[in-house]
Amino acid sequence: MNILNIEHISKSFDDLCVLKDISFSVSEGEIVSIIGPSGSGKSTLLRCATMLEYVDQGTISYMGQPMCRMGGDGKPLYVKGREEKEMRSRYGLVFQNFNLFPHFSVLKNIMDAPVKVQKRPPEEVKKQAYELLEKMGLQDKADAYPCQLSGGQQQRVSIARALAMQPKILFFDEPTSALDPELTIEILKVIRQLAAEKMTMVIVTHEMNFAKEVSHKMIFMDKGVIVEETTPEELFRSDNERTKRFLGQYALR
Amino acid sequence: MSFLTMLQVMGNGMLKSIGIFLWTLLLSLPLGLVIAVIRQKKLPVVTQIIKIYISLMRGTPLMLQLLVVFFGPFYLFKIRLSDGYRFIAVLIAFVLNYAAYFAEIYRSGIESMPIGQYEAATVLGYSKTQTFLKIILPQVIKRIFPALTNEVITLVKDTSLAFSIAYVEMFTVAKQIAAKETTMLPFVIAGVFYYVFNFLVAFISERIEKKMDYYR
Repeated sequence: MNILNIEHISKSFDDLCVLKDISFSVSEGEIVSIIGPSGSGKSTLLRCATMLEYVDQGTISYMGQPMCRMGGDGKPLYVKGREEKEMRSRYGLVFQNFNLFPHFSVLKNIMDAPVKVQKRPPEEVKKQAYELLEKMGLQDKADAYPCQLSGGQQQRVSIARALAMQPKILFFDEPTSALDPELTIEILKVIRQLAAEKMTMVIVTHEMNFAKEVSHKMIFMDKGVIVEETTPEELFRSDNERTKRFLGQYALR
Repeated sequence: MSFLTMLQVMGNGMLKSIGIFLWTLLLSLPLGLVIAVIRQKKLPVVTQIIKIYISLMRGTPLMLQLLVVFFGPFYLFKIRLSDGYRFIAVLIAFVLNYAAYFAEIYRSGIESMPIGQYEAATVLGYSKTQTFLKIILPQVIKRIFPALTNEVITLVKDTSLAFSIAYVEMFTVAKQIAAKETTMLPFVIAGVFYYVFNFLVAFISERIEKKMDYYR
């Protein structure tokens, strides 16, 4: 069964059509990278998949259960109330600029939502939080505040925070774009580690070599449409003019 | 009149001044927050009403507002109110006036919050109320604290305006004694009272700011 199914979604902001009839799916344990130029709709796609934006058309479902489906009047119907809450705990999102809660300690950043939103027992969550911190190499930072951490450490905390919700799939929205090359390596290492543990992930990134190495499938987007969706090997050997031009720019760097 | 008697008589007035101060804060701080939050909802008619209310409260003197609230019921509706209404009138005018200023201060804080904080909370499944109370509000309070302190200090001094409707707080007493005894001393005492009061406010506020200093 697919973890995520997106079918024919479209999204416009006023007159600007940002996503046009996008469909793709992610199966369990699969790692999908989305690449493309700025303004191609990559981030909007993630925001639609995580209900930060609502689509104009199309259906999105997680593990076979619809998060939004087309209603009779041609408008999408979203899950509400308890179902919505349950749906939100199926996925996690890691932001480009971390968005940690600055007034919470690292530990509270990780523990608060599982305890207060998912109502899990604090003791169990605490144990899991320490395990996650250890995995992220931050076991000594539990009581620190985000402002005392480097960008790379903050991003690792935010990954731990997302994982603490026990999501079935984790989205990354340019997780290394706010970081220098050294810190970028830290984060890529963590993602590789998650990949080794068969975590299902969708990664929007500009790190081409990393995407090529870690993904099972790559999606190249441009101007709101999926230009190509294939294996990394195929994509980097693509005959498509647009794809070649885009990847060529990276080769030149 | 001996200095001690003077202090004693004025002491009663001081309690009244402190009463106005505490009650006004207690009521206007939450009311201002409620107004700011309702305004955030951007309901066309409600927003317009709130804008007019804030504009009136800021655009006219508090002393005039006191007179309107105190004399309004009688002049406009021929309602005779008991003497106890004097304090109620002081509170109504002060609370409405200060809530308007506080609402604007809260708004500045709420609007300065990065959208990413809301988005992170949404993705983690926090409800709108949880997001506001747990994530947004604590950070807003830290951001607006210096501006709030300013307003609270002004309030200490503004309590003297209650004399305009003959509410016997400290300043009214000071004036009466000064006139009767032809001495400056009550004004000096009044000055010291306001200064010490505000010194305390500033001191406490600094302590609270330090407490919130653990994060940026």
